[in-house]
Amino acid sequence: MKNKYSIFSLIKNAFSGHENWQRAWRDPEPKKEYDAIIIGGGGHGLATAYYLAKKHKINNIAVVEKGWIGGGNTGRNTTIIRSNYLWDASAGLYDHALKIWEGLSQELNYNVMFSQRGVMNLAHNLQDVRDLKRRTHANRLNGIDAVWLNTQEVKKFCPIINTSPNIRYPVLGGTLQKRAGTARHDAVAWGYARGADEMGVDIIQNCEVKGIKRNGNEVEGIETTKGFIKTKKIGVVAAGHSSVIANMAGIRLPLESKPLQALVSEPVKPIIDTVVMSNAVHAYVSQSDKGELVIGAGTDSYVSYTQKGSHNIVEETLRAILELYPIFSRMKMLRQWGGIVDICPDASPIISKTQIKGLYFNCGWGTGGFKATPGSGDLFAHTIANDEPHKLNAAFNLNRFVSGDLVDEHGAAAVAH
Amino acid sequence: MFIINCPYCGERDQTEFSCGGEAHIERPKQPTELSDDQWAEYLFMRKNIKGIQFERWNHIHGCRKWFNVIRDTSNDKIHAVYKMGEKPPIKSL
Repeated sequence: MKNKYSIFSLIKNAFSGHENWQRAWRDPEPKKEYDAIIIGGGGHGLATAYYLAKKHKINNIAVVEKGWIGGGNTGRNTTIIRSNYLWDASAGLYDHALKIWEGLSQELNYNVMFSQRGVMNLAHNLQDVRDLKRRTHANRLNGIDAVWLNTQEVKKFCPIINTSPNIRYPVLGGTLQKRAGTARHDAVAWGYARGADEMGVDIIQNCEVKGIKRNGNEVEGIETTKGFIKTKKIGVVAAGHSSVIANMAGIRLPLESKPLQALVSEPVKPIIDTVVMSNAVHAYVSQSDKGELVIGAGTDSYVSYTQKGSHNIVEETLRAILELYPIFSRMKMLRQWGGIVDICPDASPIISKTQIKGLYFNCGWGTGGFKATPGSGDLFAHTIANDEPHKLNAAFNLNRFVSGDLVDEHGAAAVAH
Repeated sequence: MFIINCPYCGERDQTEFSCGGEAHIERPKQPTELSDDQWAEYLFMRKNIKGIQFERWNHIHGCRKWFNVIRDTSNDKIHAVYKMGEKPPIKSL
């Protein structure tokens, strides 16, 4: 049984110099067999294990992770959470996640620092205005909060934006989702890990999957650097490396893996209390609780698994940021990094069964998976436990690439992660 | 970011080029006879290899010609460049 985190436990542990905190999760060796194995110990994978144990009472689960938990894209994203997607299927999926976010800290007894500071999307040309207004209406029909702001209202909401009509891409307005915001990404992985571990889930770190063993059309287990582990159900949540795992199982996915970059500045006093994104000029920025500006750049245009990204991508983003926020002209950037994102042709994820019995994939989140972490885990757990999708992820099956029933979210997902 | 040796222009910065994705995917010769599964395979399914990948590039800000590149996607090292229609100089590493 885990000790509950509270103000009292904090005070109590302060007296012993914070040296007697209970371990948040164990470090077990893998058993010979599990009822289900999740490949990938990021936010989505840990959430999947958590909901499998909690809602579906499948407790004999392992999460195997090549590195350390939360060390991949969970720890590399820009932590933005929103649900203002265009199509009904996406609205259902992302708003399901947003609703879980709203009570997640309490549920996990772990402060994920969810902050509903609002996300504003800017329009810079007439087509942007038409598209964003359409999306606002679509969101409201789906019960998602969204408002259209004109240029003056944008300026009022975020005064540091340059709304001069004389810049190259003037701000013609924007949309605002007030329930949207940010969360602390590491805490999400750690909170789910702690919750899953308490229900008996084995989190096995530094254990790389080397192969998927099949018996005909069924999975039998996984080969790992810690030996063979038997199981009948495998949920793959490997983000940028999904295709690598798929190739081990002998199937192909409609994915391309590309480096996506982000960067943070030196920390400064509070200057921007919301998240502002702009698809047209490719700039989005927020401020972390530490005071750093958190800036998202774009993807490289070619497949690569090097977690770096090209310099010209960063230059383009910073150019756009400087035109929109002249106040940042002398800010120094502190760190830059890349993560490998798996992009689907329709910019929507895959949460699906495959043609192989017992093999499930949760992938294709591309540039914007963090926001969906709790919902993704919940729906993927449902899919694995029942061997069929929940109605909220039924549209996000692999078969849509055969039937042609794509969920095209390039407008809502392409840049604004 | 890396240097690509265009077979027509020589070494140039990667930013001058545009990547056209996986190479040697042949357009179906009898499109009307393809099943939905075969169309999906042709249109969407990709190897997305971590390692040696064969891909098409276009020198979009230069001679605008297409050609093939063999690149290791795990470290962005280019192993060979060859023109369209030519046989790959290496099979795989």
